[in-house]
Amino acid sequence: MGTEKNEETMLGSYRVLDLSDDKGFYCGQLLGSLGADVIKVEIPGGDLTRNIGPFLHDVPDMDKSLYWMGYNTNKRGITLDIETSDGKKIFEKLVSSADVVIDTFEPGYLKKIGFDYDSLVQINPKIVLTSITHFGQSGPYSGLKASDLVCWGMSGMLFVTGDPDRYPVRVSHIPLTYLLASMDGALATAIALHWRATSAKGQHIDVSVQDSANKTAWMIHERWAVTGEEFPRGSSFYSVPNSDVKLRLVWPAKDGHIFYMIYTGAFGAAEDGRLVKWLDEEGMADDYLKGIAWSTLEWRKQTSEEANRIHDYFARFFATKTKSELLEEALKRRIMLQPVSSARDLVEHPHLTARDYWQDVAYPQLDMTLRYPVRFCLNSETPCKNWRSAPFIGEHNSEIYGDELGYSTSEIISLKEAGII
Amino acid sequence: MTSKALEDVKVAGLVQGITGPLTATMLAAYGAQVLRIESRTRIEWHRQAGPFIGNVSMPDRSAAYLFVNPGSYDFTINLKHPRAMEVWTRIVKWADVIVENFAGGVMDRMGMGYEDLKKIKPDIILLSAAIFGQTGPFANVPGYGGTLTAISGMAQITGFPDQLPQFPVFAITDFIAPRINVLAIVSALEYRRKTGKGQYLDAAQIESAIPLLTPVILEYEANGTEAQRMGNRCSYAAPHGVYRCQGENKYCTIAVFSDDEWQKFCEVTGHTEWNNSDEFNTLIARLKNVDQLDKLVEQWTMEHTAEEIQDILQAAGIAAGSVKSGQDLDSDPQLRHRNFYWTLDHPDIGDFTYTGMPARMSETPYEINRAPMLGEHTEHVCTEFLGMSDEEFVELMADGVFE
Repeated sequence: MGTEKNEETMLGSYRVLDLSDDKGFYCGQLLGSLGADVIKVEIPGGDLTRNIGPFLHDVPDMDKSLYWMGYNTNKRGITLDIETSDGKKIFEKLVSSADVVIDTFEPGYLKKIGFDYDSLVQINPKIVLTSITHFGQSGPYSGLKASDLVCWGMSGMLFVTGDPDRYPVRVSHIPLTYLLASMDGALATAIALHWRATSAKGQHIDVSVQDSANKTAWMIHERWAVTGEEFPRGSSFYSVPNSDVKLRLVWPAKDGHIFYMIYTGAFGAAEDGRLVKWLDEEGMADDYLKGIAWSTLEWRKQTSEEANRIHDYFARFFATKTKSELLEEALKRRIMLQPVSSARDLVEHPHLTARDYWQDVAYPQLDMTLRYPVRFCLNSETPCKNWRSAPFIGEHNSEIYGDELGYSTSEIISLKEAGII
Repeated sequence: MTSKALEDVKVAGLVQGITGPLTATMLAAYGAQVLRIESRTRIEWHRQAGPFIGNVSMPDRSAAYLFVNPGSYDFTINLKHPRAMEVWTRIVKWADVIVENFAGGVMDRMGMGYEDLKKIKPDIILLSAAIFGQTGPFANVPGYGGTLTAISGMAQITGFPDQLPQFPVFAITDFIAPRINVLAIVSALEYRRKTGKGQYLDAAQIESAIPLLTPVILEYEANGTEAQRMGNRCSYAAPHGVYRCQGENKYCTIAVFSDDEWQKFCEVTGHTEWNNSDEFNTLIARLKNVDQLDKLVEQWTMEHTAEEIQDILQAAGIAAGSVKSGQDLDSDPQLRHRNFYWTLDHPDIGDFTYTGMPARMSETPYEINRAPMLGEHTEHVCTEFLGMSDEEFVELMADGVFE
């Protein structure tokens, strides 16, 4: 499969060895979506992040982790203990055939087992090593233990997310800081390959999850640096600067929530008028609301009571309708309102369906298909898609060790029996 | 002299807000020549957004603009001027990549769509970063980062179960799309190197955001379960959360995963009785009694500063950290060590601090250069990049093309 798609993909001529856990597995998946031949190298028995749910049909099984399967399509999977003598030999062979190695080990681990960047270059001078760690390869925090939540906290993102009178809170279910770092690793890897094409040199990429999250939460530091004041926590409303007014972003509908922000002045007045007309048609606007001069209304000159009074009209109105009722009419009336999508809203979204955004990926071993987002970018010449399903533990051991590296069946059996693969 | 990884790449950006400019300037950080196209006839809204340096509301002093535009060459042109297309044609011939983030279809209507560009330069790469992309029933629906954070499903899973959906940094998708755009652009350059072909990248922001939620999609498709907000808790670790510390608005994070970590946690907090009680001595027990556990843990954290908690627990090998504010980030020793903040002089405002790139490269270090002033490089671009004679430039300028 690696060779046949060379011509029609962006990265089809490259091979990636992916040694990552959840800090980096999205990085390999992104490169694989663009056609790279990604080999996921797991410890014998399987990557431990396969133990993280949710699980297919709620059956806790390392080959049924939807968390793992979600971020590991586009990879072939092998198991290998790279700390053993035989494992090292095999890994060296793989490195000599590869262009990129992705790792998420603690800083210093690869050096300890003889595979740091300087050692890899001895095997393959053009190798690109992409290391994704919580805090980077060196520095006072480089030895600290962390997690997605800890990295959120260390980046400023946690400080501002949530309500002012409650605890800071993160995104649930997905390791967002790790995904951001994985994207940074993937783009830098592509850049390194671009430079390698003319320089014939590889290099070592050092991604810090803390930096990736911080780049995303830039306004926290910026606000302090520019104004000397801290960015206030509050992520379901917008705090109008120099006033007590809070503009709501999120409103309850009958069956969930919608997003809408009441802009005024030149930018918002026409839309405000259309929304009030809609309320009026449904008998939910009175003279006070209809009398508001939206084009001259400035939120920072209002009291919070006045602002809340205006907000309450819309809150009462939105609560009488479902998300889809609101969206359908808002589109007709040119009002910038959108649902807060649930998973179901996404898979049923008419726009995504019209763009063929969903791809049924076959899992023959499970006798089923699973529906995935097909791509992260729609390219006119070269598909970005799920080329293959996420591998089962050691699924491609015989293909890679036997067919590609030339180990005999009895040697592969010995390697398995010795716990090396 | 070190080389720049993308020094052979020329990018022209018809961009505004965050997504488009950040795409272009991330390429600039790694060495690409980036041309930021603006107009004096219609000042970009981010130049009007603030907060303003020294509280002076001027287009060159908006921090929101400065932050997302470091390292680009700024060029002004009135695209509605009758002679603008002459200049635009030369820009397209100069560029390898055009980046734009107008609403879907706008470039086509201006006669600057991919088919138009291809006639000028057959191997051009065009990336369009509209919210919904260029095709489909919602292609013309307007929106911005906050809207997309709602639509993409990200807000739905952010917050406590009894809280409204939350919008991390208001518009977190604004920081997802640029990364994906850079990956797509550099990979398209690779394809062009091999085949000689350019292409059109329809980088719908909604489509670059949803793959981050793939497990949430799979869980609904396969199990019929819709993921809900679950706060800071974790189904396989306890304690796992955010706890108040000494001081106003001060918090720390703690994440205890293994048995070994839990035992050490009890030792260093001086509460070995927790590990001896049936309520907390196993993971299942701790998860069952997590409300009670969190209260006890917080009684301990409130006796310390967040920094002390970090030091005590890290010394015991437990994942923990302070919840950093803007001021804390400014003095963060690790960010300092990595030179993450770049304080650079600007002719109008003096020092301004930009953030660096999360990916450091050993052979081709990235570099941040200051943000440009409106139209600062118009002449330089015309005469140095586009090969105009001085007379030609002066004539076009007098004609009002560069407004």
